[in-house]
Amino acid sequence: MNQVLVVAEHSAGRLNPATAKCVSCAAAIPDATIAVLVLAADGAAVAAQAAALNGVSRVLLASHPASEPALAAVLAPQIAKLAPGCSHVFGPSTTFGRDLMPRVAALLDAPQVSDVMAVDGAHRFRRPCYAGNAIATVEVDADRPVVATVRVASWQPAAAGGPAPVERVSADVALPAHTRFVSVSAGRNDRPDLQTAARVVSGGRALGSAENFALIQRFADRIAAAVGASRAAVDAGYAPNELQVGQTGKIIAPELYIAVGISGAIQHITGIKDARTIVAINKDPEAPIFEVADLGLVGDLFRIVPEIESLLAAS
Amino acid sequence: MGKVLVGIKRVIDYNVRVRVRPDGTGIVTDGVKMSINPFDEIALEEALRLRERGAADEVIVASLGPDDAQQQLRTALAMGADRAILVRADGAPEPMLAARALFALVQREQPTFVIVGKQAIDDDASQTGQLLAALWDRPQATFASKIELSGASARVTREVDAGLEVIDVDLPAVFTTDLRLNEPRYVKLPDIMKAKKKPLDVTDLATLGIDATPRQRVVRLEPPAQRQKGVIVKDAAELVAALKQKGLLA
Ligand SMILES: Cc1cc2nc3c(=O)[nH]c(=O)nc-3n(C[C@H](O)[C@H](O)[C@H](O)COP(=O)(O)OP(=O)(O)OC[C@H]3O[C@@H](n4cnc5c(N)ncnc54)[C@H](O)[C@@H]3O)c2cc1C
Ligand SMILES: Nc1ncnc2c1ncn2[C@@H]1O[C@H](COP(=O)(O)O)[C@@H](O)[C@H]1O
Repeated sequence: MNQVLVVAEHSAGRLNPATAKCVSCAAAIPDATIAVLVLAADGAAVAAQAAALNGVSRVLLASHPASEPALAAVLAPQIAKLAPGCSHVFGPSTTFGRDLMPRVAALLDAPQVSDVMAVDGAHRFRRPCYAGNAIATVEVDADRPVVATVRVASWQPAAAGGPAPVERVSADVALPAHTRFVSVSAGRNDRPDLQTAARVVSGGRALGSAENFALIQRFADRIAAAVGASRAAVDAGYAPNELQVGQTGKIIAPELYIAVGISGAIQHITGIKDARTIVAINKDPEAPIFEVADLGLVGDLFRIVPEIESLLAAS
Repeated sequence: MGKVLVGIKRVIDYNVRVRVRPDGTGIVTDGVKMSINPFDEIALEEALRLRERGAADEVIVASLGPDDAQQQLRTALAMGADRAILVRADGAPEPMLAARALFALVQREQPTFVIVGKQAIDDDASQTGQLLAALWDRPQATFASKIELSGASARVTREVDAGLEVIDVDLPAVFTTDLRLNEPRYVKLPDIMKAKKKPLDVTDLATLGIDATPRQRVVRLEPPAQRQKGVIVKDAAELVAALKQKGLLA
């Protein structure tokens, strides 16, 4: 029997969709019993959402005022205290999970497998490396727990089910005061979320200015898409950092990805390889983005994008 | 005043198109250009700026890797680091080993800051800094795009999924660098000459008292599934028609 503990990610009382994907990955472990751990100031609402995921057999709710906003140094000792008996401890490959899970792994003296994209057995996983240019099959020792981050772009969210019972737990452990939350600047959230959107329109360096980048935003709004950007566009200040797509930004898997004025560097492609359909608009017919695009259109984006919009408006 | 310890990993240069060996045992490395992991150049640049601002008086660079990693350490010395330490290890050491090696050096050198990259672009693990911070029982500020010092603490801006998060951490602490933290300086020719005289110590895991047995093994590498090359449409009207036909646009 494998006992998988999934660490829930949440904010403002809402469970992050990445957690439902971790549950799907956990369910791929043979003979798995899945518990979701919610660490929060209160957390009752989040626990109820986690309890309603198919495959979850119980939710552990550890309420502590210090647990929100989430800081790895504060959460990790609690998780390590509550994890004994678990064969696996999973978190999402979001910045929350990437920050937190290695700290848990060190406290448990356990190996961590990052970005699990497939489960081949309880101790055998597949993960991308070299910016997605290679897929590694990794085997870990079975004599201790396995910590992993789950590559969210590779998994579908667990369906609705349950509800599973919610148990209150408390990790009786000293929490450090050496790390303190100050603030977070969230971007505008009236657009679909980049990581879960079915459609994404991304702009690159070719946009040339923050003012011109509004073209991408307008197009995205027109087709109810999230907005993304290449690193070059973020570095140049056309778009905020949280919109960066790629090896060092967000790895996404929308139904439709439209790359506008993006050359298609390997670090960018890594972030979109799992998209169902990739569309590229670029004036350079040799741009590498066309190697991976299902539909390509060679030409000037400043002419083409408005044209697409008026075609859509007309129909 | 204190020391800064910077992790320098030798990796395949980010411009190289990485290829898996046909037998699935590894990556093609013959004749391939090797470099400092790009995030580690940023880590070193930040360390040099801390020293230049008077917040530190010595920058130590350290690498766990093969003898050849001395090349990257020499480059780091040429960029401006004061001294280098190579911890010799064969193969591709896993993040936990890198963290243990860095932790052994932390105990020896007692730095105020440890700066590493947010990820190595070969294993893409994004673990080492966090593992080290936990072993050391000190704060971590990962994915940093801004580090400001104020007395015995640092205010760090972090690139997180939601946007930019700001946290305060007491020193000593571990920082991991994001791409927008700074732009690394270029190495000048005279500095390369000077770097040859800077100290570069070589040690190994056994001397540091570290068990090198890996906890995870890569049993196979394979190329990723290739996407089919698609079609080039002639104009916007054809594109919109194709998207509608696929049911992707209404
Ligand atoms: C360690 C590392 C990590 C990285 N991580 C990422 C990452 O996560 N995400 C990422 O995106 N990049 C990343 N990069 C950067 C990456 O290598 C590229 O530099 C970057 O993706 C280029 O962005 P771009 O395509 O917008 O710009 P460019 O490469 O400059 O491409 C601009 C494109 O626009 C086209 N164009 C210009 N004008 C027009 C016009 N009027 N109409 C139509 N097309 C036009 C040009 O033909 C060109 O193809 C990383 C790099 C490193 C070293
Ligand atoms: N073998 C190594 N030698 C020196 N530093 C390393 C080594 N491995 C990892 N690091 C540091 O840790 C960072 C993150 O690496 P990783 O956890 O492998 O993604 C790198 O950017 C380096 O700064």
